[in-house]
Amino acid sequence: MTQLILFNVFNGLIVGAFYALMALGLSLILNLSGVINFAHGGFLAIGGYIAFTLMPFIGFWGGLIVAPVLTAILGIVVERFLIRRLYGRDPLYSLLLTFGLAFIFEDGTRFIWGAQSLPFQVPGWLVTPLSTDYFFLTGYRLFMVLVVASAVIGLFVILGYTRLGIRIRAGTLDLETVSVLGVNVRVLRSMNFGLGVYLAGLAGVLAVGQLGLQPTIGSSLIMPSFVAIIVGGLGSLPGTLLGGLLIGVASGLTTVFFPSASEAVIYVMMAVVLLVRPRGLLGEEGRF
Amino acid sequence: MTSVGFNKQSANLLVWLLLLAMPFWLPAIGGYVELGERVVVLGLAAMAVNFLLGYTGVLSFGHAAYFGLGAYGAGMTIRYLVPSTGLGILVGTLVGTLAGAIIGPLIIRLRGVYFAMVTIAFGQVFYFIAFRWNSVTGGDDGLNGWTRMPLNFGITTVDILHDTRAFYYLILAVFAVSVGVMAWLLRSPFGRTLIAIRENERRARFLGIPVDQHIWMSWVISCCFAAAAGALYALLNNFVDPRALYWTQSGDFVIMAVLGGMRSFWGPLIGAAVFVLLQDYLSSQTQNWMSFVGLFFVLVVLFFPRGILGAVRRKVTS
Repeated sequence: MTQLILFNVFNGLIVGAFYALMALGLSLILNLSGVINFAHGGFLAIGGYIAFTLMPFIGFWGGLIVAPVLTAILGIVVERFLIRRLYGRDPLYSLLLTFGLAFIFEDGTRFIWGAQSLPFQVPGWLVTPLSTDYFFLTGYRLFMVLVVASAVIGLFVILGYTRLGIRIRAGTLDLETVSVLGVNVRVLRSMNFGLGVYLAGLAGVLAVGQLGLQPTIGSSLIMPSFVAIIVGGLGSLPGTLLGGLLIGVASGLTTVFFPSASEAVIYVMMAVVLLVRPRGLLGEEGRF
Repeated sequence: MTSVGFNKQSANLLVWLLLLAMPFWLPAIGGYVELGERVVVLGLAAMAVNFLLGYTGVLSFGHAAYFGLGAYGAGMTIRYLVPSTGLGILVGTLVGTLAGAIIGPLIIRLRGVYFAMVTIAFGQVFYFIAFRWNSVTGGDDGLNGWTRMPLNFGITTVDILHDTRAFYYLILAVFAVSVGVMAWLLRSPFGRTLIAIRENERRARFLGIPVDQHIWMSWVISCCFAAAAGALYALLNNFVDPRALYWTQSGDFVIMAVLGGMRSFWGPLIGAAVFVLLQDYLSSQTQNWMSFVGLFFVLVVLFFPRGILGAVRRKVTS
């Protein structure tokens, strides 16, 4: 029993790390530009498929580095030509636009790479279990946790100590003042969007190593990411991280005792949080 | 001013005449009655969404949940409880309304994108319940093994299963009652208050209007009619599956409202007509209709944000 619980908690932690990675990207874009990026799941899928396509040429490690960057470039192009036109209008419109993009991305990946699930080979030494007692502790899972952790640390370093990051944080608080101070807000928003999409692409490459490639992989991951943001608190990136891990573990634990509720439980958590603390666990008062 | 009033009246008359005569003119121009039924049902759902979106200014993105609850409520009543179409519609509507009323207090304090995000996330609970609770809902395969039942009026029964025209008029009757109630509400002081909240929430609050309470009521009314539309949708297909509850369905309702024109009463119905025809045509022409629907979303947002009626009205006034 202990082993089963441990297994599911660990599983939940990994799933939660994915949610967190997705949700951090979503949060970045939402905080600075007020856009809910429904296409985020689509970017995740594209990241995975790009890595798959490039793998015969540059291998797994090359894919892990290059695919998220290419996804981010695609994201910046989308921001530049489509989403930028909608800033300052009712948020309804950017919502509908990214909603449509999500359809196009999902159908596009299906058109290019086919509807059937494709295998994604990770290096052999990563797949072997590390211990016979804890069979679930494969190297790849530990590796995923490691990559996610370093991506998150990297993100917080960028936001805390680089010029771009400081401007993003300032813009989140008051974009107009940042603009008046001579920062090119258009470029800032583009870079921020690219950064968010980069995280989605990275999550994509890691996810397909675990789950295999499917065109629908993105749309199944995006809703829990919303829940992670709401539970953690809008406007707070540490909150988003915490929210992602929490709902992952909660869903993992539920799998042990009541498997058929493992998806619904995170929404129950969200309801409880909204009832007790509407701004979310680490959210700021009166932001939305 | 009088001429505008006259235009409005004749427009209403025209819409109702077209709807009443639909089973006669639609087949004549190459359509089929079921297509008209779909337009009216989805149009009702889109108008319900627009009650909140266009007239209260609250961005709800999760109405598929209440639509789907209405559908499951109707289907399960007929399948498990009483084989009665009328009761099915009633129970379905009540279930959806009740769910809206319970979830309402959790979300009415939120605004803007945050509201949209929370409503869409809440909708997913019902999707997973329908998906997982195999023994009752039929899970992914959907709820089947039932059909709509003949209407029993005591003196006579009407077979709505095989007589599509009779079924169309049942749908239209429910549609007429729902739309009539919505129009009456919007004309009442309550409806004017909703519009005041849409235009300037802070000012409405300072005038002493209990804003949260009004938004809750508007939300519940909107959920109620979305659920009624869902119940009709279940009857229309003689089948319900979890996709009626999925979040992409909510997006369809919103795009119908935007396409037709959010600021006009009949806009969402026109949007629904265009959407249904387009989907019907595309799914018969190409496998990649999802891309085209997505492209359609993008194009509407970029080039047609005021919707069809909004654009027409602008041309008339200028």
